Amino acid sequence: MGYRISIFVLLLGAWVVLSGKFDAFHLGLGVFSALVVTLLSQDLLFKDRKKDLSVRLSETFGFIGYVFWLLWQIVLANAHVFKLAMTREGQKEMSPRVVKLKTKLKSDFAKFVFANSITLTPGTITIQIKKNQFLVHAISEAVEKDLLSGEMEERVAAIFEPELAT
Amino acid sequence: MSFLFLANAPVVDESVQAELSRLEICGMTLAGLGLLFFLGAAVGLFRFPDFYTRMHAAGKGDTLSSLLILLGFALITFDDFSALGWLLLLKIFGIVLFIMLTSPTSTHALMRAGFEDGIEPVTNNPKRKKKGGAKKK
Amino acid sequence: MTTEEFTVCAGVALFVLMLPALYRVAVGPTSFDRLVAVNVIGTKTAVLLVIIGVLFNRVEMFVDFALTYALLNFVGSLAVARFLNRTKPMPEEKTSRGSSRKKGAKAS
Repeated sequence: MGYRISIFVLLLGAWVVLSGKFDAFHLGLGVFSALVVTLLSQDLLFKDRKKDLSVRLSETFGFIGYVFWLLWQIVLANAHVFKLAMTREGQKEMSPRVVKLKTKLKSDFAKFVFANSITLTPGTITIQIKKNQFLVHAISEAVEKDLLSGEMEERVAAIFEPELAT
Repeated sequence: MSFLFLANAPVVDESVQAELSRLEICGMTLAGLGLLFFLGAAVGLFRFPDFYTRMHAAGKGDTLSSLLILLGFALITFDDFSALGWLLLLKIFGIVLFIMLTSPTSTHALMRAGFEDGIEPVTNNPKRKKKGGAKKK
Repeated sequence: MTTEEFTVCAGVALFVLMLPALYRVAVGPTSFDRLVAVNVIGTKTAVLLVIIGVLFNRVEMFVDFALTYALLNFVGSLAVARFLNRTKPMPEEKTSRGSSRKKGAKAS
């Protein structure tokens, strides 16, 4: 039930932001359509219903904190790309390679977040995920060492799978 | 320079707009930074040696530069604190969030498609350098 | 510099910076190179739409266009990536890679 209510609130919020009108008619339409969508397809959004809603909420807050750390990483990544593209030393430093990486993350969503974070941090891009093996393209040796140190994995694990974090 | 006639909007008096508010200066700085990062991405896309390295430039430069430019222009347009102004800010945040989610995903999809298509990554090993990159036309 | 001038300059700069990507679309040795460049141009077009909106004082309308454009761009590049992934000559494929492909498809 809690899940249904939260889906309804999410849909209604999206409606209000996108329509931008606050009179009774438009809000009524929004409530009606959000209700219909919630009733018809509520089992599509959250897969694992066994988890308690409070766990989800704490995950969400942890994720927001993680997003800020990730933003800083994205800025670093862009400075790195800028250096590679614009300077001669950068061109010399480049030595692309493909790295295999084993992960301990279990759930699909945690893997998705981890893969996207790898893509957004300096010099690494995820190519492929097979079960618990990641195939990562790294652009230089220093970046590869950074990746294999596993700091990011710890952060993702701390949010989504606390029992796995060290 | 006035482009407002294109939208039939009333032309704003220049003397009123002469000094910039703090929000506008912040927005301009952000948008300028975004343009700078996009310059890096575009040059990288132009001169990196192979598909995978170009992907690095495109996937990262694209995300951050769109993010910064959109946030900058959100600040530039956000001058009054009305409900509509906040709504506009929220919508632009929605676009930013969407780009942040989808850009790495499509990068990853393209990367996998290219890898499984058998494009060889360029490495520093001179023997493989000849084969790599432009294998398939 | 007024905000309006800055907006015009930013739009023009964004357009000029799209040209290297356009070069990649025209020349790029593989079809994936072209696709990457098209993806970049699409994202930047969404940004350009917001800039045009600021210029015309109609941001609330153009933001919707930009959102739709970003959505279509994402779906389009994903669809073309999947399409190019499937239409591949199979015979000389090694077995290990073929099996990995199926697993990869399932995991995503």
